[in-house]
Amino acid sequence: MTMLETVDGTEVREGVDRETIETVQAMAGKYKYGWETEIEMDYAPKGLSEDIVRLISKKNNEPEWLLDWRLAAYQRWVKLEEPRWAMLNYPEIDYQDQFYYATPKSMAKKPKSLDEVDPKLLATYAKLGIPLKEQMLLAGVEGDAEPRKVAVDAVFDSVSVGTTFKAELAKAGVIFCSISEAVREHPDLVKQYLGSVVPPSDNFFATLNSAVFSDGSFVYIPKGTRCPMELSTYFRINAENTGQFERTLIVCDEGAYVSYLEGCTAPKRDTNQLHAAVVEIVILKDAEVKYSTVQNWYPGDENGVGGIYNFVTKRADCRGDRAKVMWTQVETGSAITWKYPSCILRGDDSQGEFYSIAIANNAQQADTGTKMVHLGKRTKSRIVSKGISAGRAQNTYRGLVSMHPKAKDSRNYTQCDSLLIGDKCGAHTVPYIEVRNNSSRVEHEATTSKVDDDQLFYCRSRGMDEEEAVALVVNGFCKEVLQALPMEFAMEAQSLVAISLEGSVG
Amino acid sequence: MLEIKNLHVKLEEEDKVILRGVDLKIGAGEVHAIMGPNGSGKSTLSYVLSGRDGYEVTAGSATLDGAELLEMEPEDRAAAGLFLAFQYPVEIPGVGNMTFLRTAVNAQKKSRGEPEVSAADFLKLVREKAKTLKIDAEMLKRPVNVGFSGGEKKRNEILQMAMLEPRMCILDETDSGLDVDAMKLVSDGVNALRSEGRSFLVITHYQRLLDHIKPDVVHIMAAGRIIKTGGPELALEVENNGYADILNEVG
Ligand SMILES: Nc1ncnc2c1ncn2[C@@H]1O[C@H](COP(=O)(O)OP(=O)(O)OP(=O)(O)O)[C@@H](O)[C@H]1O
Ligand SMILES: [Mg+2]
Repeated sequence: MTMLETVDGTEVREGVDRETIETVQAMAGKYKYGWETEIEMDYAPKGLSEDIVRLISKKNNEPEWLLDWRLAAYQRWVKLEEPRWAMLNYPEIDYQDQFYYATPKSMAKKPKSLDEVDPKLLATYAKLGIPLKEQMLLAGVEGDAEPRKVAVDAVFDSVSVGTTFKAELAKAGVIFCSISEAVREHPDLVKQYLGSVVPPSDNFFATLNSAVFSDGSFVYIPKGTRCPMELSTYFRINAENTGQFERTLIVCDEGAYVSYLEGCTAPKRDTNQLHAAVVEIVILKDAEVKYSTVQNWYPGDENGVGGIYNFVTKRADCRGDRAKVMWTQVETGSAITWKYPSCILRGDDSQGEFYSIAIANNAQQADTGTKMVHLGKRTKSRIVSKGISAGRAQNTYRGLVSMHPKAKDSRNYTQCDSLLIGDKCGAHTVPYIEVRNNSSRVEHEATTSKVDDDQLFYCRSRGMDEEEAVALVVNGFCKEVLQALPMEFAMEAQSLVAISLEGSVG
Repeated sequence: MLEIKNLHVKLEEEDKVILRGVDLKIGAGEVHAIMGPNGSGKSTLSYVLSGRDGYEVTAGSATLDGAELLEMEPEDRAAAGLFLAFQYPVEIPGVGNMTFLRTAVNAQKKSRGEPEVSAADFLKLVREKAKTLKIDAEMLKRPVNVGFSGGEKKRNEILQMAMLEPRMCILDETDSGLDVDAMKLVSDGVNALRSEGRSFLVITHYQRLLDHIKPDVVHIMAAGRIIKTGGPELALEVENNGYADILNEVG
């Protein structure tokens, strides 16, 4: 197997998996985040119309240009058809039969600081294990000398509830706030970059998002700055029958660096809920962004009732020379996942990496992958995808690698492994490869295997029960991707792997 | 300790009978050896005792301290104190050896209702035991058995045994593939574990191992049956004359 050493800039974290099992055992029980916060909400009227778009814009006190931007997107969207090319089977979505804006009543008057935030909301995040007090840190890994600081932007249904460590970050010149606040406080930056990576016309769901996005996070890392802590956004869907449409914009200026984490959960419900997000990342010369996601939206029950429909457009634009991006995703939740975090490798010598674990159990369906668009010279990309299917689930890797004529001497390496648990599930690999110059090289390796009975027996003969054995073997299968995650997330991801596979054997 | 009565086993998928009435009784603290020609059913016996899929028990029983093993899940047999050092240890890519060990130890503790060992204590214990088996830190980090040499795999099995502290240990050809020094290491490891409350069933082709691990009883297995039982001298007889005489004698 040939590797691109230079692309492989990932630190291998020794012993990440050492703690796996303790965590796995501590997290018995199925979907852990299925509870609901009882809180009084304000809803916009049901359905989608120009008035709703105006209302969202008004709620956020937006300038005229943004309202116009939204309205143009809306006008375009009404003429678009929902794409159906993915290997996903779901009933027609009635876009008029849901709410597009829901916010806790207590958020009507924007809290000035986290101390003013409704205790019920704070309690919600505490219960989710997300620290919204700055003295509380994300649980460090055992043996980790100092738990690291992680700044959090907490988004609850349609609004950002609060952002931590803002002052400390501001000292370093880093802007980290909700996107609605950024529109008001940093309009020039937002105006310059919003829609510059994922234009409103990009695709059906991105267009919808452009019209109705309600909140999300904004990050700006100034020139030459290494962001002093990890940044994260935690998305919580709580309101029933409400779509969540968040928009994240990250701008990493020349020579800057940031590692950004994203997490999400939702209550158990027997109806489906739509989540259509857009993430745009702009990376200038010599800058580097790591973006890690642990997607744990409610997946629906064993029979496929309920669960989130997750249609997400994520893209990073390596605009400058030697810019670097690394996407790492652990997709365990959602009834439907439609998601292709992409890298536009525009700058010469820029690099993109995509590490993915997608688990589909029971009736879940995932169609996910990446696009590596090589435009600049000597650009490099690396794709490592681990798909796990269990129950009756269907799991598709769909990936594009495109070498443009000017992308001379560029490289891609793709490794795509599928693991099947049981014989009623499916794994599919759909690679699209376009090479339009003759000095570039694309390598693709794919494997599909069944979880090995001898491995399971070996584990069980040592005392592990069947589910523990499967979790261990699957975590081993995903190792390369788990190692690419920041420590805090790696822990969570490993236990999630175990939880999402519960009931997949026996 | 272990009592096997009239055990008959066939393959689940085929009409192939492998064990044809095995009787064996191992008392607490005893070491028994089983020798026998290739294909006589020695590994099958060890697999059936530990609960591997693919076999059908058509008659007989196997009890560990009175509890019927054949009705338990493999993990429950392990928790009850049964351990099998595999003839062919299995590779598990991506899973660190240390993680595997710790998961196994804690799983057994959990099912017996004992508290788990802390990470620090565990680490100390593993390092200690690994050292006596000449397993270095590097090997503890590497994925379970992946790329291990034959001898390393066997030593790793003994490390697992030392960590899990089972009461009934079955060693399936743990000596094959070992060089002279490794054989000594492994035997010392096994001997260190010998105690009044712990019994061993050692499957081997060679008298050599039995020089190090002195058995109380030696059984000869052929065609799915134990055809002869004796003292350590039986192993010497096999070593010198092969199985022909014994087979003829029994007919
Ligand atoms: N799963 C299986 N499928 C087909 N045949 C099997 C299976 N398991 C065992 N056998 C057969 O049963 C017989 C006994 O095999 P077993 O591995 O128990 O022998 P053994 O005594 O351990 O031999 P060795 O000394 O070579 O290790 C052999 O003929 C073997 O081919
Ligand atoms: Mg054998």
